[in-house]
Amino acid sequence: MKSALTVGANADLGVLDLLAMFKPRVMSLVVFTAMVGMIAAPVQVHPVVGLAALAFIALGAGASGILNMWWDADIDSKMRRTRNRPIPCGKISAADAKLMGLWLTGLSIVMLALAANPLAALLLAITIFHYVVIYTIWLKRRSPQNIVIGGAAGALPPVIGWVVATGQLAVEPLLMFALIFLWTPPHFWALSLYMNDDYERAGIPMLNVVRGDASARWHILGYACALVPVSLLLALGEAGGPLTLGAAVVMNSAFVYGAVKLCRNGKSAVRTRYREERRFFRLSLTYLFVTFAAMAVDSMLRPFLSGVMPL
Amino acid sequence: MPLSREHDLHSARSGRNLVVGACLCAFVLLVFALTLVKLSSGHQMEAFDHSVRPSLVKGDQ
Repeated sequence: MKSALTVGANADLGVLDLLAMFKPRVMSLVVFTAMVGMIAAPVQVHPVVGLAALAFIALGAGASGILNMWWDADIDSKMRRTRNRPIPCGKISAADAKLMGLWLTGLSIVMLALAANPLAALLLAITIFHYVVIYTIWLKRRSPQNIVIGGAAGALPPVIGWVVATGQLAVEPLLMFALIFLWTPPHFWALSLYMNDDYERAGIPMLNVVRGDASARWHILGYACALVPVSLLLALGEAGGPLTLGAAVVMNSAFVYGAVKLCRNGKSAVRTRYREERRFFRLSLTYLFVTFAAMAVDSMLRPFLSGVMPL
Repeated sequence: MPLSREHDLHSARSGRNLVVGACLCAFVLLVFALTLVKLSSGHQMEAFDHSVRPSLVKGDQ
């Protein structure tokens, strides 16, 4: 016989489950890119304001992750990668997750408006709306272009970071947006190439599921090539510098080379247990981290180098 | 069935509650620090109530 506690709502939800609800990996990427956007901006933010803004951006990212888990609970239970999430495991009810996500969404937007400025809060609201409504509810189960359009949500955090500092939009944050927007499809298509059966079982029309592996591989190469001019423009612009330029050259070369290898190795993928696809997925994470870290370092060094060399 | 003090659910709940409590404390501290920063950096402290008062009128410039 079950005790009253076990049948009570969310009784089994532990600390790690609570953390998992916020999608910590996605959140870390959001916080990192937002922080770089803030650092790269020409206006210095007070550390407390910056910390508060990052905390509320992280909260907004977590809230959208929770709402995504609420809507996708049925397909999460069918996929190996997601079936251990708290909702499919029954550790928290979908209704409670929805409430939690909605409350945290409101809180994060209002607090960001108070901590930073209304434009930053508006951009955070657009990010959450785009991720939850446009991507999760509308496109994810309907279109093979789901990740392309949905990627705009993940591309906005550096813009929010920049706007927190300056209060207005500029070319540089839009280039950062373009970089992440173009980076997202190859990143997720590489994942879906080696998680193909998972996506197929869940009925998610990823590009490789609908049009085949070869099409996805060529698309990855196309996006990898499209990234080159954007990252070079970013490196040569106000937000960039010598380190960003070096990182752009090295990482783009590696990324395009990796994409070419993916196109060539299509037939041997099953035999090699998708070794190249997994490698390319990890490379895509390194690409984003190195590019943005270089931009942050360039921005931090700029005041010291501006008197020494023209930047 | 009576619940003992050592029931697994108690430890799961207490851990979760501690984390939520810590987050709430961090939130309060953050808002407090933010308030201090905003006030000390000369942000507007009075809301507009549709009546002109000296603090709303820009000085002779």
